[in-house]
Amino acid sequence: MKKALLFILIASLVLTSGFAQGTKEQAKGEKEIVILVKNMGNGFFDAVYRGSQEAAGQIGGMKTVYMGPPQPTAEGQIEIIETLIAQRVDGIAISANDADALIPVAKKAMAAGIKVISFDSGINVGGRIVDLVPSNEELIGRQQIQLAAELTGHKGDIAVLSASAQATNQNSWISWMKEEIKDPKYANMRLVEVVYGDDLPDKSYREANSLMQKYPNLKAIICPTTVGLLATAQAVKDAGKTGVVEVTGLGLPSEMKGYILDGTCRQMALWNPVDLGYTSTYILNGLIDGSVKGNVGDTFPAGRMGSVKVEANGMIVMSTPFVFNKDNIEEYAAIF
Amino acid sequence: MAERSKMTFIRRAMVRREFTLVALLVIMLVPITLRSPQFLSVANINRILNDMAILAIVAIGQFFVILCGGIDLSVGSIIAFTGMVCGMVNESHPSISPFVLLALGIGVGLLMGLFNGVLVAYGKIPPIITTLGTVNIYRGMTFLLSGGSWVTAHELSVAYIAFPRNTFLKISYLLWIAFAIIGLFYYIGRYTRTGREVYAIGGNPTAAKFVGVNENKIRVVVFVISGTLCGLAGALWTARYASAVNEMATGFEMQTVAACVLGGVNFSGGAGGIIGVALGTLFLGIVTNALPVVYLSVFWQTFVQGLIILIALALNTISDQRKSRRVLQERRG
Repeated sequence: MKKALLFILIASLVLTSGFAQGTKEQAKGEKEIVILVKNMGNGFFDAVYRGSQEAAGQIGGMKTVYMGPPQPTAEGQIEIIETLIAQRVDGIAISANDADALIPVAKKAMAAGIKVISFDSGINVGGRIVDLVPSNEELIGRQQIQLAAELTGHKGDIAVLSASAQATNQNSWISWMKEEIKDPKYANMRLVEVVYGDDLPDKSYREANSLMQKYPNLKAIICPTTVGLLATAQAVKDAGKTGVVEVTGLGLPSEMKGYILDGTCRQMALWNPVDLGYTSTYILNGLIDGSVKGNVGDTFPAGRMGSVKVEANGMIVMSTPFVFNKDNIEEYAAIF
Repeated sequence: MAERSKMTFIRRAMVRREFTLVALLVIMLVPITLRSPQFLSVANINRILNDMAILAIVAIGQFFVILCGGIDLSVGSIIAFTGMVCGMVNESHPSISPFVLLALGIGVGLLMGLFNGVLVAYGKIPPIITTLGTVNIYRGMTFLLSGGSWVTAHELSVAYIAFPRNTFLKISYLLWIAFAIIGLFYYIGRYTRTGREVYAIGGNPTAAKFVGVNENKIRVVVFVISGTLCGLAGALWTARYASAVNEMATGFEMQTVAACVLGGVNFSGGAGGIIGVALGTLFLGIVTNALPVVYLSVFWQTFVQGLIILIALALNTISDQRKSRRVLQERRG
């Protein structure tokens, strides 16, 4: 038994040291910021970090570090923030796995003098100074229905394949999709069901298959998540339903290039994650300098993005999603 | 005489167990088909079988470990690691043959299973503790190997992604592989010396040792079988879902255990068969695929899934109680 316990102890030590290790090799006077993402290994966040590096290079005297838990959980992010408080970094930009669970630890970080903002998937008021929204949630949701309508000629059954049932941003987009489809111009379209693939390829693939099985008149599947979109495109292609069941949603150009070129997913949308990381970094820079407080009505300079303005509840809206299709996919696939 | 009647008894029990499962399947299929007639279409049955093929392969490995009185909790992590290895090798060598990738997955899985087996047999650490450690170690190795990133469809070669989907006589390679594995291990479990020794160790380790069965060897062998099959499954998983993800197959061990238990494998070891495991897998597959089709809300699906498994198990256990008493008597005599 002793042997077994020792074994587990060693195993857990190996694991925690592998994942939670942060390095602190900051030169005096240099600003250090952390881009804390939902989980490691997500192409979208890799692009966010690239934008942050670009901005840090332009600002100068700033070091940006990329971190995230191995699994997309709030617990993992809380652990990392605790470590960052101990390391006394200057700023953290977070894409949150839970809008409320991170508030206490984020408050602790702010009390320790760290500037905390959220981006992409926000933290509720009280847990961050400002929240950078990639686009207006209303515009994203409405645009998804518009994209599906264009593909299906404004008629037929459509379904939504989302991430997890409690994902903050997906749920808000879906509620706007439900608003948009009430418009009389979609009278011949019906949103039949919302299913959840939990951002796992195998589960999403299976759910996409059941949708096709369950609704013989299905004309389109909307996937407002990159993992779900990839798996759905593969499932539709495997079922031989390319052109019968249209696929659209929010996807990464490099991952979706093949499916866009072969016609499985003829168009999809996404804001530019590079710009998101870039703008977050400029916002943190303003806050760390103390040149902008982040109060409602304040304006942050944001390099090539011009400037962004703080609105009610500390929200900052960046831009409207960009539509990718076979004409522009090659160009963007090379970037992210 | 005792030997002979014991054999026929085991045979009868197995038939009965599998019979219960088939009966349950038929009972379940009636309301499903009434609700959604296309559920029994050839295309849909083909889809369900393909969906379950990987689970069947891994459940067979789990079966041998359970048969020996153990459990392998590390199967999901072995799948993830081998799947990631295959994905990354394919990414850096796009022209590599899918067969080489399968062999690679099998080889790496074998080593990981061997490590489990050696710890259990020679380290004398109980299987549940050993694999509770290695499930994390192997998952951690997956993250360390990949640096946390994924391999997605566009980074994998067309030939690799197509491999499990290619068909021979209208049946996918994936299914052929699953059928071959079921057949091979049915033979090994029933007709080879090693196979019978696994049953012996699981049934009565002391007696088995007295008749000269090398217990340590058998304990290593079952984990090697499980690891090897997980390696094969990992290579297939990455191709089938066209991506290698660090979180892949998380929680898969529970599904494999469920498939075994549904198939009538006895948790105290020594009883059960491959056909039961295959039927148990099919049962799980039909439940998971049928629930969305009968318009059950996603929030109820996992709940109902668990309930159906519990009911199936309860029925199995009830029909089992009388038999286990008889087994005991026969051993005494």
